[in-house]
Amino acid sequence: MFRQATRLVAMLPRIILSGRIRTFSSDLPAAEMADRNFVEAWKKVVPNLEPPKTPLSFMKPRPPPPSSIPPKLTVNFVLPCASELSAKEVDMLIIPATAGQMGVLPGHLSTIAELRPGVLSVHEGNEVRKYFISSGFAFIHANSVADVVTVEAVPLDRIDGSLVQKGLAEFSQKLSLASTDMEKAEAQIGVDVHSALNAALSG
Amino acid sequence: MASNAAVPFWRAAGMTYITYSNICATMVRNCLKEPYRTEALSREKVHYSVSKWVDGNPEKPSIRSDTSQE
Repeated sequence: MFRQATRLVAMLPRIILSGRIRTFSSDLPAAEMADRNFVEAWKKVVPNLEPPKTPLSFMKPRPPPPSSIPPKLTVNFVLPCASELSAKEVDMLIIPATAGQMGVLPGHLSTIAELRPGVLSVHEGNEVRKYFISSGFAFIHANSVADVVTVEAVPLDRIDGSLVQKGLAEFSQKLSLASTDMEKAEAQIGVDVHSALNAALSG
Repeated sequence: MASNAAVPFWRAAGMTYITYSNICATMVRNCLKEPYRTEALSREKVHYSVSKWVDGNPEKPSIRSDTSQE
């Protein structure tokens, strides 16, 4: 008697589930397959009970990329204490990824890029805004939204050249004197950051 | 999972990404021009109160205000 109860209770969400699967099956065929394998295996072992819902069936399908490339890129540039740009429409973004300077245009492939200390430039029409960022990540989504997160981002005119030179000399010296791995790593980071600052000021 | 690409030098030395990111940010803040520099360094201050626990009881808490220069 209670076996029937489970079947009847499970029947209702199953019907809705099947309906939903039919609507979104064009978006996530891979997820469908995984669910189907589980359902088949379940049926072999327990033919009388309805299979439970797997985590995949609870996931909302990813929104499909828009069919035509949007004209502008939407940028969200955030720091821990403030949001520099929030949902701003721009033409192009140049980010200092660890692999090199990367240009992001609307319609860019979905990417997650780790950023190194360097210059981020935001191009909007004729206006270019440059920020020096300390390190962070850039997430580019299929729908031309870019999220850039960093700990520290300063406009280039706030950087003091003499302090940069001093820092570079100090850390190059520390690098040659360093003994433990950690000291070497810290000194190397110092040299990298200050040379990037230098390049940003001169370039 | 096989190790993919070379690990960054700071990870090889035992540093985590958070430590690396905070060190980079501190260095950038130290290179700013005057009014921005003091403002940024004050943003980095961490205020907290520490109390040691002995035999299940907290001792008197001490309030600390640390900057990144330790």
